[in-house]
Amino acid sequence: MTAPAISAAAPAPAPTPSLPATTWLSIFLRLLAIQGAWNYETLLGNGIGFCVEPALRQLPGGVHGAAFKEAMARESAYFNAHPYLASVAVGALARAELSGVPADRIERFRTALAGPLGSVGDRLVWAGWLPFTSLVSLAAFGLGARPLLVVGLFLVLYNAGHFALRIWGLRVGWTRGLAVAPALGNPLLRGGPAHLGRAAAAAAGVALPLAAARVLAGGPSLLTIVLLGAALLSVLLVRVHVRVEAYKLALILIALFALLSVAR
Amino acid sequence: MRELLPLSLLGAVVGLDVVCFPQMMYSRPLVAATLAGAFVGDAMRGMLVGVVLELIAIATLPFGASRYPEWGSAAVVGGALSATLPADRAGVVTLGVLSALGTAWVGGWTLVKLRQWNARLARNRRRALDAGARGAVIGLQLAGLTGDLVRAGLLTAVAYALFFPLAARLSVHWSFSGPLSRSVVMMLATSVAASAAWVIFHSARGARWYFAGGVVAGLLLLLAR
Repeated sequence: MTAPAISAAAPAPAPTPSLPATTWLSIFLRLLAIQGAWNYETLLGNGIGFCVEPALRQLPGGVHGAAFKEAMARESAYFNAHPYLASVAVGALARAELSGVPADRIERFRTALAGPLGSVGDRLVWAGWLPFTSLVSLAAFGLGARPLLVVGLFLVLYNAGHFALRIWGLRVGWTRGLAVAPALGNPLLRGGPAHLGRAAAAAAGVALPLAAARVLAGGPSLLTIVLLGAALLSVLLVRVHVRVEAYKLALILIALFALLSVAR
Repeated sequence: MRELLPLSLLGAVVGLDVVCFPQMMYSRPLVAATLAGAFVGDAMRGMLVGVVLELIAIATLPFGASRYPEWGSAAVVGGALSATLPADRAGVVTLGVLSALGTAWVGGWTLVKLRQWNARLARNRRRALDAGARGAVIGLQLAGLTGDLVRAGLLTAVAYALFFPLAARLSVHWSFSGPLSRSVVMMLATSVAASAAWVIFHSARGARWYFAGGVVAGLLLLLAR
């Protein structure tokens, strides 16, 4: 676990500098585009520099000052994190730079923070919140909801969590600065993935038969055949550990089915 | 194909959401295919394609540097195609799903190429970045965003222009019935989603019982309707 290392290296937080509301707005909007220049060499690094930049303008000498340029160079170097939880890093790094924390300490902090922000975010969002909200919306579809309601439900539910996480991250990063590590031990971040996993498993159980029934729009016998076939096939997929990705397998099988249908 | 230009614009905006901006997940197949269907006049048929794709997409976890299919533009192609073909033809949902899966595969490859292009741009600006040049950082970010928008728009345009005539021809010669066609696609999608749910959630304590309970609840709801 990397978090204690961050905590050990963290100094007592300096008095919080202040930023104008327009700067906060600018940082937040930029956070939505943090992956704009994502690449295999610096990963999220350029995005971090891009998001911190409005805050760095407050440094002595402004955008033409040496402090600004040194900070920009530091903040645009390699960094990796989940895009939503990168807001924690942006808030903490902005505060550290404006508080005049020495460069080597900021660099060590950046290195230590990257791992936890990536793994926590991936488990919480990509493997938890996203499939959960998707399955809830599929259940709503299966229950007969109209397209606008299904789409609206998904977007509102998903983005409530999405924006809450970004705002929380920016706030906690800014208020705690380099001492942000304990915040990553927040019960929601630690226990959230397991709770979401159980909720999503239940949602999957509800959604799959309901969604299948609505797409098929046939009688109970057809639905029974499809669900039994899907159950057998899914057990096979899990047991055999098929090396090919699921969507490619689906593509190949549906293409063969289409060929058969046309050639018959 | 009067719809090609507006669909390409929709595909561009939706494709941009996958990674670059703003990741609000309107690029999820359930949303993007429904939007595309609504664009060409039949949201419900777009949604049917979106539901099937969403079930398959649950198996894809977009972790960091991993390579994954680009569902946004792909769902626009599949949803629009299915909603544009004559409704009385049996295989339209299947053909929509098939086109989307093919587009998603190629879309994943284009995302890799975009990331390599971003890296090349960053290498070329290394000196300016090391000097803390504000313009270099912002310029790279804007170039990446623009590149992704163009990538997604072109992908949608090319995929739709290729797949629409092909799907129109195939749908004329489609011999399987509508229920059989949907059954095969739905069986595959449901099995992918169920196996993905197991792989993703089985480590959570008691998840299998929650899943079993959910299935019972789902079946009871079906019986009650």
